[in-house]
Amino acid sequence: MPNPNVSTFSASVGAPPVSPKVEVRDLRLAYGAKEVLHGISFHIDPNEILGVIGPAQSGKTSLLRCVNRTIDFTASARTSGVVKVDGEDVRTLRDVYGLRRKIGMVAPLPVGLPLSIYDNVAFAPRAAGLRDKGRLNDLVERCLTQAALWDEVKDRLDSLGTKLSGGQQQRLTIARALSHEPEILCLDEFSIAIDPVTTMRIEDVLKELRRNMTIILVTNLVQQARRLANRTMFLWNGEIIEIDRTEAMFSDSPKDKRTYDYVNGIFG
Amino acid sequence: MTSRASHLAVATFAGTPFVRRKERNEMVAKCFFGMMAAAMIVPLILIVGYIVVQGWPLLSWEFLTTNPRGGGVRGGVWSALIGTLYLVGFSLLISAPIGVLAAVYLNEYARDNWFTRVVNLAVVNLAGVPSIVHGLFGLGAFVYFANLNEGKKSIIAAALTLAVMTLPVIIASTKEALSSVPVSFREACWNVGATRWQTIWRIVLPNSISGILTGVILQVSRTAGETAPVMLTGVTTWKMIESTGWLLYHPVKDQCMALSMHLYYIATQASGAPKALPFAIATVLVGAVVLVNATAIIFRIYLRSRKKW
Amino acid sequence: MTSKRGTLDLLSERAIEALIRLCGISAILFVFGIFFFVFREGAPFLRHLDLGEFLFSKSWIPTSQTVPKYGVGALIVGSLSVTAVAMAIAVPFGLGAAVFISEFCGRKTKETLKIVIELLAAIPSVVWGFVGLSVMSPLLINTFHTPIGVNMLNGALLLALMSVPIMVSIGEDALKAVPDSFREAAIALGATRWQMVYRVLLPASKNGLLAAVLLGVGRAIGETMAVLMATGHSVRIPTSIFDPVRTLTATIAAELGETSKGSDHYQVLFLIGVLLFTITFIVNLTADLVVKGIRKQ
Repeated sequence: MPNPNVSTFSASVGAPPVSPKVEVRDLRLAYGAKEVLHGISFHIDPNEILGVIGPAQSGKTSLLRCVNRTIDFTASARTSGVVKVDGEDVRTLRDVYGLRRKIGMVAPLPVGLPLSIYDNVAFAPRAAGLRDKGRLNDLVERCLTQAALWDEVKDRLDSLGTKLSGGQQQRLTIARALSHEPEILCLDEFSIAIDPVTTMRIEDVLKELRRNMTIILVTNLVQQARRLANRTMFLWNGEIIEIDRTEAMFSDSPKDKRTYDYVNGIFG
Repeated sequence: MTSRASHLAVATFAGTPFVRRKERNEMVAKCFFGMMAAAMIVPLILIVGYIVVQGWPLLSWEFLTTNPRGGGVRGGVWSALIGTLYLVGFSLLISAPIGVLAAVYLNEYARDNWFTRVVNLAVVNLAGVPSIVHGLFGLGAFVYFANLNEGKKSIIAAALTLAVMTLPVIIASTKEALSSVPVSFREACWNVGATRWQTIWRIVLPNSISGILTGVILQVSRTAGETAPVMLTGVTTWKMIESTGWLLYHPVKDQCMALSMHLYYIATQASGAPKALPFAIATVLVGAVVLVNATAIIFRIYLRSRKKW
Repeated sequence: MTSKRGTLDLLSERAIEALIRLCGISAILFVFGIFFFVFREGAPFLRHLDLGEFLFSKSWIPTSQTVPKYGVGALIVGSLSVTAVAMAIAVPFGLGAAVFISEFCGRKTKETLKIVIELLAAIPSVVWGFVGLSVMSPLLINTFHTPIGVNMLNGALLLALMSVPIMVSIGEDALKAVPDSFREAAIALGATRWQMVYRVLLPASKNGLLAAVLLGVGRAIGETMAVLMATGHSVRIPTSIFDPVRTLTATIAAELGETSKGSDHYQVLFLIGVLLFTITFIVNLTADLVVKGIRKQ
């Protein structure tokens, strides 16, 4: 089912090349002696949704953690290669917190921090130094609205974020990821713990969001990538099997036979 | 799990000789181990009860708030009570922040390598150092080497000694409290660009503060009863409170009395003390310790009931 | 604004991290500090000290005007014998109580028992010593018709009561670490709970229980006030459990106040401190390695 939005965007593929938002060249990652990413290279253009599909344990989450450098918190992890965001290599970056503020990250399982709903969303801006009450209020309302949660919680912003339902907490997580006004949004299997209806609502939100940000959508649902992504990358055992325009990946004749097999559920 | 399984068996085969034998066996085992547990509790109750009953005639508000007189054998325990408060208060002022930060280091910063193992080992061993050796250390390090009070014992030297002694226990309880905060909270914070310290300050500490405080409160009760380390470093058998300025004792220049030392002195060395006096002092000491413990336990139950996730 | 904020963040983060690291290594500093300062006060005497005589001679006559003798053999035997008797009492009861708490009682009883154990652990050692002096001593004299009530058995009973809490709590942790599937398998095979405890639980958790016992031993050897007040405090090699004995800890506590700084006697007492530090260090290290052993499995 071709998505009209996707085709208008993919028209820009033929246009003169813009500098990529994220560029990864020959990235290798090992946890101790076990290498989980075997030298992968790709790039993401601004305002694009890149779908990342692949079976479990393919290195999808590790890839995202390399991009925002939360991989630093895993003591045994060693990386090599180049990961550039806006042309700057994140591996040698000094202001890692600035980098993370540029990237919104949504984890597979919803995490409501044990703070009020308001404080959950205001956490990142406050950590970045924003104190102005009025601007915080505006920001919280905007992020919650963008995450399609505002109407449900606007009367109880003081109640605990951890007491929301799973689907609501996942939207709260998205609102928090948007709260520091990121230029790149990474979603890591966001629909794994929530019901299909909420998933569809969030997908609608993502379609809105791509107007002003770049999105990396790691997903276990291949059809989700098909619905949303401009381009799709198939990652398997730490290697990129194929990366191409979504229509091509989901066509009857992708370049690699394994891609066809995976998206059609023959293996994986 | 196990009890449900055996329950089921009993329901199905009730009354057969095999089941009856098994039930009896079960009861015997339960009674046997139950008696082992009771063997700890019964003495506790008997002893505490005996002490309180023996000390009861002397106990009054007056006893707490009047200074000892006549070499300690008459009057109350006021100066000892205040001395103990000073020692506990100052030692916790020193050990609580260091201990909490050390636990933060071990739980949040330290990587899993040989150095961390050495630090953990040091904590375990510090906890196992005999209290009298702590006393020798305090005497050598704070009284003589640091020379806090011209080579004489002082409250501050004793408090420092107690602080070193309580440190490992505060580290251990704080570590436990910190590790009860889920890792996912920390990751969520890191993902939005919060620094390690912001994460700790805004999420980890606020959500483990109850556990940390409980550990510290329990430590108060342990510290209050210590005798051996403080008698070498700052506690004396006879020191009246002189109201100098806004402090009852001068923490750097004065030695002080302490309930624990007072009990030791009255029980073993003072002559002419009424028989009930050491019991009364012991009651005050045990009462204070139990009171603090009970506070910690109630606090813990209360906070557990309003957990945030 | 972002970059300035970033630099500030990084700077304050560095400062706080440095402070936290400093506190983190404080435990190491203190362990070394304790050894250093205790050793430093006692070290000068090492020159005139025959280590063999110090450790094995049983004549401790430090206050003699003519030939003071500094042999701690009897004190070591005193410490070890009181600890051994205490353990003989405390190990079965402590581990039995741990089994009861972990396997045989409901949630409510468990919570209550744990609170009682916490209280038991909180009773100050000087109070135990006083109990030994004023309650147990007459009790022992009346029961066993011994001439002196403050003796090895008295001190050992107190030490047993004092070291039970740590054994119970560590022992219970060890039992809790045995997977439920072991218990279910044993019950499914028709074992009684009695058999389950003996054949399954105790073997499966033996390392943890051993660590619990070792920590209890460490606690008992290092205990000061209770043994000072309750063991009778006389230097001799005990021949029965009703003999009064004297321990290393009690000797320091009783005599240090009467020595002058820098005298031989003073220095020897600090050397006893070094000895105690070493003994407990080894005991705790062993316990720790045993515990680490379980975690690895």
